[in-house]
Amino acid sequence: MADLIKIRATLQGDVADVKVLMNHPMETGQRKDVKTGQLVPAHYIQTVTATLNGRKVMEAQWSQAISKNPFLGFKVKGAHLGDRVAISWVDTKGDQNSAEAVIGG
Amino acid sequence: MNTLRRTFLQGSGALSLVLAAGLAQPVRALAAEWNKAGFDSKGTPETLRAIGAGAMIESNAITIKAPELAESGMSVPVEVSSQIAGTQSIAVMVERNAQPLAAQFNFESGMAAYVSTRLKLGETSNVRVVVKAGDKVYTAVKQVKVTIGGCGGTTVQS
Repeated sequence: MADLIKIRATLQGDVADVKVLMNHPMETGQRKDVKTGQLVPAHYIQTVTATLNGRKVMEAQWSQAISKNPFLGFKVKGAHLGDRVAISWVDTKGDQNSAEAVIGG
Repeated sequence: MNTLRRTFLQGSGALSLVLAAGLAQPVRALAAEWNKAGFDSKGTPETLRAIGAGAMIESNAITIKAPELAESGMSVPVEVSSQIAGTQSIAVMVERNAQPLAAQFNFESGMAAYVSTRLKLGETSNVRVVVKAGDKVYTAVKQVKVTIGGCGGTTVQS
């Protein structure tokens, strides 16, 4: 499945500015389906891990209060052009996804 | 739901998939650590207790960038940075949401203490940030006024 995670990483000095867009419904469990009137079950990303060249730099724990199709921005110090930034997530159903990008100028 | 997920992760099929992707370490570590008590907590005091934020120091070394007024609470951009040396984690709470804890970010050394994301606000609320550095806990608050809430009810997603 393509494009479930989009990553853009650009170097500013020795800091990589990383912007990530994830494709996920982030259902709160409080929303009603407009057609059936039934509550849509909660389904959201719970954990996100970021790595630089395979080394973990950040882990995020999320609730259903993160917006649909989540955006995540963060900054890694000591990064270089060509370094690899990877993102992986796991959601409440145990589904997971990951993607990688190379830091550009 | 959480129990289901754990069971799923423990299933050999899922685990071998995870291993195949070379992600076994972070996935397993995180699955064990997701702060269920914190995320399930209702109300600000209970949530603060659940995330171990006892005596907090109000700090203006924490910057919260968020709109004063958001027309829709579905997707409110919130940017947090901490100038506190040795910042290990940033927790973001929406105090008026049913379960206030929205996210917690844990940083390894070498990371800038900065994070940017978009939150759902059910109504006008304080966004509270809790920063842990060493054995101290710091906090800052910014109010976001919301015209239309973003946690369910009448909102429609396509």
